[in-house]
Amino acid sequence: MSRLVALQDDDHVQGPRDAGLVLIEYGDFECPYCGEEYPEIKAVQQAMGDALCFAFRHFPLRQAHPHAERAAEFAEAAATIGRFWEMHDLLYEHQRALDERSLVGYAGQLGFDTALIESALNGDFAARVQKDFSAGVRNGVNGTPCLFLNGRRYDGANDRASLLQLLRDVAAG
Amino acid sequence: MSTTSTLKPAIGQPAPQFDLPATPDQRLSLAQLRGKPVVLVFYPADWSPVCGDQIGLYNELLSEFQRYDAQIVGISVDGAWCHAAYSRDRNLHFPLLADFEPKGEISRRYGVYLASEGVSERALFVLDEEGIVRWSYVSPIGINPGADGILDALDKLPGKSGRTA
Repeated sequence: MSRLVALQDDDHVQGPRDAGLVLIEYGDFECPYCGEEYPEIKAVQQAMGDALCFAFRHFPLRQAHPHAERAAEFAEAAATIGRFWEMHDLLYEHQRALDERSLVGYAGQLGFDTALIESALNGDFAARVQKDFSAGVRNGVNGTPCLFLNGRRYDGANDRASLLQLLRDVAAG
Repeated sequence: MSTTSTLKPAIGQPAPQFDLPATPDQRLSLAQLRGKPVVLVFYPADWSPVCGDQIGLYNELLSEFQRYDAQIVGISVDGAWCHAAYSRDRNLHFPLLADFEPKGEISRRYGVYLASEGVSERALFVLDEEGIVRWSYVSPIGINPGADGILDALDKLPGKSGRTA
């Protein structure tokens, strides 16, 4: 049950890809635990700077969270105009307003044109989201948020203090 | 917490039969599932957070299991009414069986009853179409085992390789 999970070329990352610490999150924009994790990860990123590369992959739990899939597709649509992370942040900061009308509103804020909004509403980004989901299942994702540090699933406490301790321990070898 | 269970049906042995309530007025037996691969998911309790994640995860993967024509079945010591409420609340689309009376009897037959806690362990079994155990795994009770091991085991069932379309 242990595969090393490596960065892919199409991953959305913040920080240098060749950083010594690579943290991958599988997340769902409508999952309340992911919402709680969002400021923790931000704090960890701020503290670690360029020592950390953070990547986000989609793992929408569609049966539990009816808006998660479409929200993930809108994040992918934003990626096509270079604004994935802004959409990622907007979605986590407005987790209770992820209906299509709200998504279209965020899209407007980020400068989507009408064609891109149509495309996102049309499901054109569903395959990209599914790719993350399917790979996640095979990688052993067991819920959301699910973190992988340097390729291995991390099942421990995920508050900022615990994560910082872990990252510093791993960095120290 | 120490684990004293020994998985009773070894790999290659027939899985113990069961016939348990799936709803307050319906039962499901292993014999009824003959002819398709079966994924048995023993778990400690409805409603507990880790179980919620685990059962919820499998619920998201029903289309993956269907590609193998596999039937997934949850088993815990909760009663049929509890399962019914839990299934409704979580929008679950696969059966949860009640190993409720005699309590834990089927879990014991599979060697995954945690007597000290009065619940089933978090254990997975993959059975082939003939009801033979082909893979099993017991997870630490607080750790959600995910689905990768199940899918790998389904991949390896005789005649199942290549069903990845």
